[in-house]
Amino acid sequence: MNGIDRDLTEAAGGLPLGGPSAEALRALAARAAQEGLVDVAYAQVDSPLGPLTVAGTGRGLVRVAYPERRLDDVLADLAGAVSPRVLEAPERLDPIRRELDEYFEGRLRRFSEPIDWSLTRGFFRRVLEATARIGYGEVRTYGEVAARAGSPRAVRAAGNGLGSNPLPVVVPCHRVVRTGGGLGGYTGGIERKEFLLSLERG
Amino acid sequence: MSLPPFQTLLDRHGGAMHRFLVASVGAAEADDCFQEACIAALRAYPRLDNAGNLRAWLLKIAQRKAIDAHRARARRPVPTGEPPERAVAGGFGPVESNGQPIWARVRALPEKQRMAVFLRSVADLSYADVGRALDCSPDAARRNVHEGLKRLREEMAA
Repeated sequence: MNGIDRDLTEAAGGLPLGGPSAEALRALAARAAQEGLVDVAYAQVDSPLGPLTVAGTGRGLVRVAYPERRLDDVLADLAGAVSPRVLEAPERLDPIRRELDEYFEGRLRRFSEPIDWSLTRGFFRRVLEATARIGYGEVRTYGEVAARAGSPRAVRAAGNGLGSNPLPVVVPCHRVVRTGGGLGGYTGGIERKEFLLSLERG
Repeated sequence: MSLPPFQTLLDRHGGAMHRFLVASVGAAEADDCFQEACIAALRAYPRLDNAGNLRAWLLKIAQRKAIDAHRARARRPVPTGEPPERAVAGGFGPVESNGQPIWARVRALPEKQRMAVFLRSVADLSYADVGRALDCSPDAARRNVHEGLKRLREEMAA
């Protein structure tokens, strides 16, 4: 290797490897949000159920994901269904972060954040909308939710819809249980469902 | 092919963009150029019809911002009280303490050669991608890099 190539390689090796500072990235996210260039903002929120990924659009909260879901997959789904302008912008999610904190402390019974239903379709959306109306501390059966969504016999389909709930906790699919008292399944694992139901029993 | 989330692009290529800017415009202006480049990229992103080679696309935007910064600096009057021997050809001020004198030499090259050398040596692009970033053929990109390096060699030998 001759002189100039070696000098360039050495100098390139001396450049900061970490990339832009956290401060520069925060400033970028803030400016992008201010200029209306963030179609989907997301953040990680700590909770007793593990770190949750929460994402919002201009219309409202669009996604809550348990940590078992790979972040890359969660973001790729949002890029495909809503917009590829997906950016980590924690400040934008501060209101829902506060509400989740209060909910997990047992001090909040109803989320006020509007919902963006973009990740849901058809019958599944109606099932989830019916689920969103179940009050704090109450439970309904899969059959009741299917009926409220307009198809009383589609009990199994209602269960599948709840299993693919893109907004667990906030759209309370944990409040839907089996006829006869069995808990049924849960998108985040049955322990989480038990946790949420016992939290709401106070 | 669908576009990946912009944050994924930033995670994968933001480091190369930023390093390229630190070398080409200096650490003091790199953050501003980085922000300008990312905002421009975000603005254009949803309408991008080719999801292939997003790294070259991002560096193309970064190098445009670097050229803007370079030209703006060349137009700026040299502040009085600045010792003239610290100014470097091409309108660049003193080399930052964390910088390398070699970057100042590269910055003094003609525009195309300068960008080609930075994209190749700092952003580690292939000649094909240097060409994509500079809107020229891979051969022309290779020529620009080689001519730039030749010139640097001659200057250092002189």
